[in-house]
Amino acid sequence: MNYIEPHGHMVSRTTDDYERMAIAGCQAICEPAFWAGFDRASADGFYDYFRQITEYEPKRAAKFGIQHYCWLCINPKEAEDLKLADDVIALIPQFIDKPGVLGIGEIGLNKNSRNELKIFEQHVQIAQDYDQLVLIHTPHLEDKLKGTRLIVDALKNFPKIKPERVIIDHVEEHTIDHVLDHGFWAGITLYPESKCTPNRAIDMLEHRQAERIWMNSACDWGISDPLAVPKTMQAMRQRGWPPEMIQRVAWDNPRAFMGQSPKFSL
Amino acid sequence: MPDWTAPTTVNLVDLGFMDSRSKLIDLAAFLDRVQRAGQDGDFRVQALKNAIALLSQDEPQRAKNVLLSFSDPSTEPIAKATMQGAIGTFKP
Repeated sequence: MNYIEPHGHMVSRTTDDYERMAIAGCQAICEPAFWAGFDRASADGFYDYFRQITEYEPKRAAKFGIQHYCWLCINPKEAEDLKLADDVIALIPQFIDKPGVLGIGEIGLNKNSRNELKIFEQHVQIAQDYDQLVLIHTPHLEDKLKGTRLIVDALKNFPKIKPERVIIDHVEEHTIDHVLDHGFWAGITLYPESKCTPNRAIDMLEHRQAERIWMNSACDWGISDPLAVPKTMQAMRQRGWPPEMIQRVAWDNPRAFMGQSPKFSL
Repeated sequence: MPDWTAPTTVNLVDLGFMDSRSKLIDLAAFLDRVQRAGQDGDFRVQALKNAIALLSQDEPQRAKNVLLSFSDPSTEPIAKATMQGAIGTFKP
């Protein structure tokens, strides 16, 4: 069965991963801008990174018949440096019309600081000004609950940002209801340790009847699995899911959300 | 998109018992290990013990409640981030 990987940091992955994902049925990968694992020294590093995800990665993916899309931002881990963040945000307009750019992301919070919140709101303003979709990262582990609530509260100050054009990613059992009940889309990230296992993801999908939810591997340079989505599809089969419901989560839902961008064609 | 179609009933205990058994024994062994090493006073170990107590609840909200028990309960943004990573549980 074909699927979409709606959140993968392919700049950190090998060409072998592209091949394995293609063999598993992946038709499209969407790559949010993220932290490189270290703080970049200047906005010049982001200029090159934005070129990489808008120009180079689509070509690498295309060699395996996979479409590649991306999102632009400075991630919240580097948002404490307000000067750097301002310089990077100023770069976004010159890349935003590139063919594969779907919107602003993955913006959000990391340690729930005032500066992170300020930069998050600046990004949302850009999304509002340029009528872009928004992909939001919620904090890790003990910071997730508080960060998710702060993010939802902050979005209320942007009346032109429609909840159905925003996906709040990395939800878990204690945050998914808050996100969906406010009208946003929710992303479930399948990580071996720090986020969701396939069975927990399926539990949440059953609890919310798969409404406005996608699942992703968020594969990057850390402990992660680029085949987490097809492995979870297999776990769905074992748990008695009918094929049309597996397709809904792995294909129809991400296609419906990202299809709100005219650039997404699948 | 199709309306929600519930999965066919399968034996979830058959599917998940051995995996859960293994994880529970691993958790028990971890608690034994840190206690023998004199490290069970660590706040993270205490957080685990507090969370384990939640497993005896009757409502099917155990995963949510465990996650809530690890979460920072405050509501205001902090003045400045002094680290980039997360520990896994809120430090009281």
